[in-house]
This record gives sequence, C-alpha cells and structure tokens, in this order.
Amino acid sequence: MISPQYNWQEEVKRVAYGIRRRVLEHTVINNGGYLSQACSAAEILAIMYIRIMNLGKTEEPLVPPLFAGVPGQKNPNSFTGAIFNGPKGPKYDRFILSPSQYALVLYALLVEVGRMDPEGLRQFNVDGYTVEMIGAEHSPGMEVMTGSLGQGLSQAAGIAMARKLRGDTGKVWVFMSDGEWQSGQNWEALQAISYHNLDNLGIYIDANGQQCDGAMGDVMNIEPLADRLTAFGARVHRVDGHDLDMLVKPILEPIQQGKPLIVIADTNPWKGIEILKERYPKLHYVRFLTEQEREQYAVLLKSL
Amino acid sequence: MEILSKVHARNLVEWAKNKPDVYVLSADLTSSTEVDLFRDTYPDRFLSMGIAEQNMISFAGGMAREGLYPFIHTFAVFIYRRAYDQIAISVAYPNLPVRMIGFLPGVTTPGGATHQSIEDISVMRSLPNMTILECGDATDVESVLDIAHSVNGPVYIRMLRGEIPRLFSPQDPMQFNQARTISRGSDITVLSSGICTEEAMCAIQALQREGVSIQHMHITTLKPFNDYKVLEAIANSHYGVITMENHSIIGGLGSIIAEQMAEFGIGKKLVRIGLKDTFIHGASRPYLMRKYRLDAPALIDEAGKLTGQNFNISEDELARSYVAPVHSDAKAEAL
Repeated sequence: MISPQYNWQEEVKRVAYGIRRRVLEHTVINNGGYLSQACSAAEILAIMYIRIMNLGKTEEPLVPPLFAGVPGQKNPNSFTGAIFNGPKGPKYDRFILSPSQYALVLYALLVEVGRMDPEGLRQFNVDGYTVEMIGAEHSPGMEVMTGSLGQGLSQAAGIAMARKLRGDTGKVWVFMSDGEWQSGQNWEALQAISYHNLDNLGIYIDANGQQCDGAMGDVMNIEPLADRLTAFGARVHRVDGHDLDMLVKPILEPIQQGKPLIVIADTNPWKGIEILKERYPKLHYVRFLTEQEREQYAVLLKSL
Repeated sequence: MEILSKVHARNLVEWAKNKPDVYVLSADLTSSTEVDLFRDTYPDRFLSMGIAEQNMISFAGGMAREGLYPFIHTFAVFIYRRAYDQIAISVAYPNLPVRMIGFLPGVTTPGGATHQSIEDISVMRSLPNMTILECGDATDVESVLDIAHSVNGPVYIRMLRGEIPRLFSPQDPMQFNQARTISRGSDITVLSSGICTEEAMCAIQALQREGVSIQHMHITTLKPFNDYKVLEAIANSHYGVITMENHSIIGGLGSIIAEQMAEFGIGKKLVRIGLKDTFIHGASRPYLMRKYRLDAPALIDEAGKLTGQNFNISEDELARSYVAPVHSDAKAEAL
C-alpha cells in the first residue's frame, strides 16, 4: 500500500525532470537525440510507471544484457526487455511502447524510476548492446517489435485478448504517439479491440502535434482525433498532458464495460526546454546545426 | 481415384479437439477457408477479425506471445501480400508459433490476379525463421497440421480446399522435410509440388509406358529444404531434373532446386515448369493449367525435349491414366 506520506505528484515531477535532463545531456554529448519527445512525453511516461500501471518490482536497477542474437529455433538465449518492467503475472499490468522512436525517453525513465542502471544509457546506440536507437523487443522496457508504426497496438490487442481469455486481472497499457494514428493498421486494431470488448487495454497518446516531416497539420490531418476514436468504440478523454491530476483522472472513473480507455494527452514538444521552440517545426530528431547551437544547449544543461 | 470434399474442415475440428490453446482467426472468409465447422463446434476458440489482415497478423503475434496458437485462415494473397511487414515484424522476427493457412494457391481460383498467389513461396521463403509447407492431396491436408504444430516458430501452409484427390494412402502421412517418392527411375527425376503432383502422376504413367524410367518425388516441405534423397535422385538422373509447381518459377521449387544443385555441385540439366514470370487472370483451373503449361502435357513435352524423344501420347491416352492412391515409397508396379 502507498503510505499516506507518499506524494506521487512530487515523484512524477522529479522523474519527468530527470527524463528531460538525461535526454538533453545525451543529445548534447552525442550531438543528436529525440529531445522533443522527452519534453512532450515526460509526465505521461512518468505517471504511467509511477501512478497508472501496476508493474512488478525489479530487484535492483538492471544493467542491460548484451545482445544475445535474434530470436530463432536455434537461439535459446534471446530475451525481451520486459524484465525491466518486473516479473510477469496474472495480476500485473504490461507496458507496450508503440512508437519505439521514443526508446531513449523510455530508457531515461527506467533510470529515473530505478529499474535500469545509469550505465544502460551509456550503451545507447553502441554496437553489440541492446539499448538501441529505435528500440526492439530486446531493448530495456520493451517486449514487442514496434518500430514499424501501426503494429504495436495490434500486438498489444493480441496480448490483451489472450490475457482476457486466461482470466488475468492485469491490464495492457500502450503508450502511443499521435502521428502514428495516420496509419490504417491502428484503426483496424481499435476496431478489433472494440469488437472483442478488450476493456483490459488502455492507451495514452502523446499528442505533441509533431512528426518526422514537421507539424502534423502540414503532413496529414488526423483531427478530430477524439471524435474519431470515440466513433471507433473507445472511451476517450482529452487532457493536458503536463497536468498530473488530469492525466490520472480518467483511470479513477469506473470502467465502461467492453470499452478500451484512451487518453489523448495534449503536450508541448519544447516543454521544459524552451529553446527547442526555435527549431520548430523540425523537432523530430534534434541534431545541432552549429557548434554554437550545441554550446547553447550545453549551457542550458549546466543550469538545470 | 478417390475425391474427397471439405477435408480440412472436418480434419481441423477433429485435430483441434483436445488442443484448447488452438485458436482460429478468420478475416471474413470463414466458409471459404473451411473453418465454419470449427466456428460452430468451438465458438469460443474462433475469433472473427474482419477484413483487416494486417491487424489480424500482428494480433496473432500478440496471442502467440502469451502461449496461444493462432491459426490464421484466409486466402494466401491476403496473408503474404497484404500483411508482409506484419508477418516479418510481429511474427517472423520473434519466431512465434503463428500458423498461417493460405488458401487458393496459384491457378486454383478463377478469382483473377488479386486472388491468385503466384509468388507466395518466393516471398515467404526469404523471411528468416519461416517454415513453408504445401499440400498436394487429401492425405497431405490431413497430416499437415501435425507437422506444422511440431514447429517451434511460424509456419506458412499452402492449403487446398473443396474437392481434393487422395493420391497417397491415409496410412502414409506427410513427413517433415522428406519428399514422398512416388516412383523410382533413372532417366529423369521429376520433382512436383501441390496440385502439380496429380498432373505429374498422370503424365508419368504415360511416359513409363513409353519406356522412360522416372524418379518422381512429391515435395511438401519447401523450407527448410535439405532432403539429401532429393539431391541423390537428381545426381543419379541420366538426363536431368524437371521441377513442376503451381507458382512462379522465380523463388519457388524450381529456384530451391537450382540453388541446391549449384551448392552441391550437381551438374545436371534443370527444367522448371511453372509460371514463367507472369501474372495470370481469372479463369478455370484446367484452362489456366493448359494455357500456362502446368499440366500433364507440359511435362510430357519437357520430358521429350530433355530426353531427345518425341512422345506421341494422345490426350485420350492421358485422360485414361488412372491415378490411384499410393504409398509414397511404393514401387512403380504398385501404381
């Protein structure tokens, strides 16, 4: 039980700050990183791990194992990164990262919540390690292959279906981006989730309005997203993605039988690192244009 | 020859009886893929997924990760063409035991180019972790599920439906990675798969009456492929080998044999009967087999060219050839 003294809001704020700081540090050191995703998703991911999901504990912060080869009949050593989310069990929730382009943000989060050793971040994008740039099923915190956008939700739905058939009480939580709702497979998935009454599945969407080519409205429109999702049979809440109480509110409401919960969290892709705004609308991957710009971010890092 | 109907429909229900972890996923082609009886018998293990194959494949991957065995049922084209990325990433990469049962191989449908799977073996074969099986008769259909289910990983099956001949004795089930030897001989080796085997049996009877000695083998495991008996038969053939498949000659059985022969240094002539790098169109199976040269006369022609003989085998004579069920290692006289 959570003790009365435990202030989850303070913990989420600390972790969200830590995510931004670690991803900024990484970006400065490596001259590149998924920085805007850290800015937009920090509170959502922190609150999912701290307040929303019922995950089993890890004994201690884990050092990511070396890559053990791709899965196959002849490789008994392959593994998934789900070990960072604690033991699997009928009562425990599961976490699926749908846009694995957010992997760096997830890794930073895992360090902040004490599930991954800080050494893990130093293995990011290093040959032979599992802490890959665009995470795969063996990467810390991940358990399915989701780099090809659109497949995460379908796989999560299959897991939710199997868990429902088995009678597990634990839920399946999916973190998604807004851009990937341009992909048809997600709509096929939501259609199936509704049809098969998979109310043991919940989704948090980081609606930061950004995608690789720029602002979403200039690439492909998905609005009115809430209406569309509702029409597909979901129970939809649209909240401020940096407001902790609003992010939690939807899970406090009673479950609507048979309906998946979707929280669209509107976010700011430069939240906490305001100078990022100068790069708008090219925010997807931050690589510094000049040494001067890099220095600007380095100074900011020191001040944090 | 015995013709059976709805073999898979009945067989699957019986086979899945005591396998509570076996689920059937269907994409709006439930009776067309003969799983209506399964649906009616085990409604709790039947999941209707709608006309949404990409989701169906990834969804099945999720189920398989949780220890269930999803059996995807739809037309082959809607598996490997529509959902290739999903197969690669949600199923094949993680080596999950999803069984993909693909119907309407090649010329077996008048549905036209959209429905005819002519390059599925080629496409699926290049996916790591994938196992590929093909059925050629009722006994194959009855025994393929056991084989598929023994594979620790994804399996793609080229399945037959409707009226299917029984070419092989029911006591003689399909064996994993082992060709069925239908006749023994040393002039030519004929390697056939799927529905081409029935045509080949018909032609080979006529050719044998002409005095040609033919080693005929029916191939059911297309991947992995390492049956040394097949290579031995090719090496021992005087004139060479003819492959015969209801599929493009690029990437299917013909290509597999070419690769094997090259790697093992077997210097024999190879003739590939199959679709010659062409799409086909909507028409009846006999018409398409004739037009695209996948039938018994096509084999007789190629055997003639290979041996330098001119066989004068009439259509009437071919029509009179009676194909009786055989034990796969039966001697020629058992035919």
